[in-house]
Amino acid sequence: MDNAWAVVGIFMIVAIVLPVAALIMARLLGPKKPSPIKQQTYECGVETVGESWVQFKAQYYVYALAFVVFEVEVVFLFPWARAYGQLPFFATLEGALFILILAVGLLYVWRKGALEWQ
Amino acid sequence: MTIPQVIFVVIAAVVLVSAVRVVASRNIVHAALWLILSLFGVAALFAVLEAGFMAVVQVVIYVGAIATLIIFAIMLTRREMREGGLQTHRWWPLPALLAMALFAGLAWLLGSLPGTGATPPALAGDDSVLLLGQALLSPEHYVLPFEVASVLLLAALVGAIVIAGDSRK
Amino acid sequence: MVNLGDFFYTLGMWLQGLLMRAGLSESAARGVFSALVAALLPLLALLTAVPLIWLERKWIARLQDRMGPNRVGPFGLFQVFADMIKIFTKEDITPLGADRIVFALAPVLAVAGVVGLWAVIPFAANAFGVDLNVGVLYLVAVGTLSTLAIMLAGWSANNKYALLGAYRTVAQMISYEVPLVLSLLVPVLLSGSLGLNGIVAAQREVWFVFSAPLAALLFLISSQAEVSRAPFDLLEAESEIVAGFNIEYSGMKFGFFFVGEFLHSFTMGLLGATLFLGGWTGPGVDAYPALGAVYLILKGTFVYFIFVWARATFPRIRIDQMLDFNWKLLTPLGLFLIPLLAVVNRGLSESSLWLRNAALLGANVFLAALVLIILGTRGRSARMRAASAAGPAASRR
Repeated sequence: MDNAWAVVGIFMIVAIVLPVAALIMARLLGPKKPSPIKQQTYECGVETVGESWVQFKAQYYVYALAFVVFEVEVVFLFPWARAYGQLPFFATLEGALFILILAVGLLYVWRKGALEWQ
Repeated sequence: MTIPQVIFVVIAAVVLVSAVRVVASRNIVHAALWLILSLFGVAALFAVLEAGFMAVVQVVIYVGAIATLIIFAIMLTRREMREGGLQTHRWWPLPALLAMALFAGLAWLLGSLPGTGATPPALAGDDSVLLLGQALLSPEHYVLPFEVASVLLLAALVGAIVIAGDSRK
Repeated sequence: MVNLGDFFYTLGMWLQGLLMRAGLSESAARGVFSALVAALLPLLALLTAVPLIWLERKWIARLQDRMGPNRVGPFGLFQVFADMIKIFTKEDITPLGADRIVFALAPVLAVAGVVGLWAVIPFAANAFGVDLNVGVLYLVAVGTLSTLAIMLAGWSANNKYALLGAYRTVAQMISYEVPLVLSLLVPVLLSGSLGLNGIVAAQREVWFVFSAPLAALLFLISSQAEVSRAPFDLLEAESEIVAGFNIEYSGMKFGFFFVGEFLHSFTMGLLGATLFLGGWTGPGVDAYPALGAVYLILKGTFVYFIFVWARATFPRIRIDQMLDFNWKLLTPLGLFLIPLLAVVNRGLSESSLWLRNAALLGANVFLAALVLIILGTRGRSARMRAASAAGPAASRR
């Protein structure tokens, strides 16, 4: 049990088991009267028309893309933030350069109009 | 077997079974979900090995960013997200053999490395992130790859926008 | 000797003593104790939702000039219990064609994604679930569970409105995660530690809200947008796109999404208090460490009150306004704030505490002023363009 992550593991297992237990309890406590009307998909009270599929806008994908790039960038920045205090000032500038390169990327995406919600 | 070994085997089994389900699943969204489980399993393996930073980065990047991207890509390109039919090819034993040969080769290669099986050096523990940061930023270590990584990310972003933009207009 | 001032430590030691007398070695006793804490803390987190919902409903009501629940029990205190009983005993309906397992998994993940955050929050100097040396990144990692839960919920319901709502909600959540994570970098920069305990300890003299108010503001705004709270709750407002991704959910499963959202908001309040308001620090904590828990809860509730206040005050923002606000204001702000603070902090690391913090505050004010000026000029030019487009008569005003 020296590993701090063992505690995290137990914590997450409990965090998942508790809601599952509550769901099971709710299922046992509640009535069970399935009927076709109840199980129909909800569409503002109207009968469902057509397949359950919607046009996925490419814009969502662009947001996810930008998110991936910036998330990876921030993950690189965490060790920098931890260590820059113990390193020469040059290290701080290296991190600043890293951020500024990606700020240029954001600017590019902005100017290209890829951030507009159609 | 010690308890950490048992836990390791269990988690490794989860990772492998999920990986098989990824390729064998008929429903592509289910395949994506099995992939997510597999990635969580790898993060758990990192945690068991006390590589805390790698574990959280695995979850943040792979599950949080890349899995979301994959799911979005699936939703973007698929008309029909229901059953995809049998996923195996008629000649599937041949690639399976090839994969096993590759695995055997890799296993032999890794086994014959000098460091395998030896006692690993003492862990850095709480200072691991500090050491990582120092390694990433010191001129005599990895600062150049660090900066090149940012340029690489920039290139990826620009390239993706160029491709996505063209198909939209 | 019982030192009640250090309540948690004393309790912990006493329990471990019991275990050791039962035959366990010291490390095993410590291990069992940690496991016990890890098992009980999620329960505590979920139980906090009960008074929390009552509190929020009362606050919102008063802010909206009405009474709030006051029928069930004195001051409506039992309202939440009544609601819980109702939700527990509702029928569990799964729509036809829905993916049953994933449909049931989504609310569980939504709750786990919130409760998991409580593992690393330091409630007092030695009262916490686990002291991870990567605590801040762990927060981000657990946050991905919430995003995943919503995607699964929208897809598994076999309902096109749910799917549409889920896409938009996930797009909003991942967009706002960027400034959120950038704002999380600031306490790490200023304290030199990725662990929450280290961040709190570094705020003994000066809270980070005074060193970097812009970062605190960034955290406040993006955390609320991340949780889809007002004014960013377009996607699950009752009057909008038919309640969004959780349209097919009823009963306990819906209850979990509901509880999860409230609890997530409060947990963000606790985190804001930990990262920027000094966590458990305050007068007297050295002598009576248990007082720290009181301080943290007070500060967390204060930040939560700001969230409720914002919910009651601001109108809802449209999704395109939301995403513009995120990518064109918050993200660039975060991207420029980080190197600025890093340079100031590192450049003055030899100087006195007060000089450094004053310089940091000055840098924040400078950046904020810059942003306001830029917004002002753009706003003015936009107004002038609109006025001249309306005709020469209008622009002569």
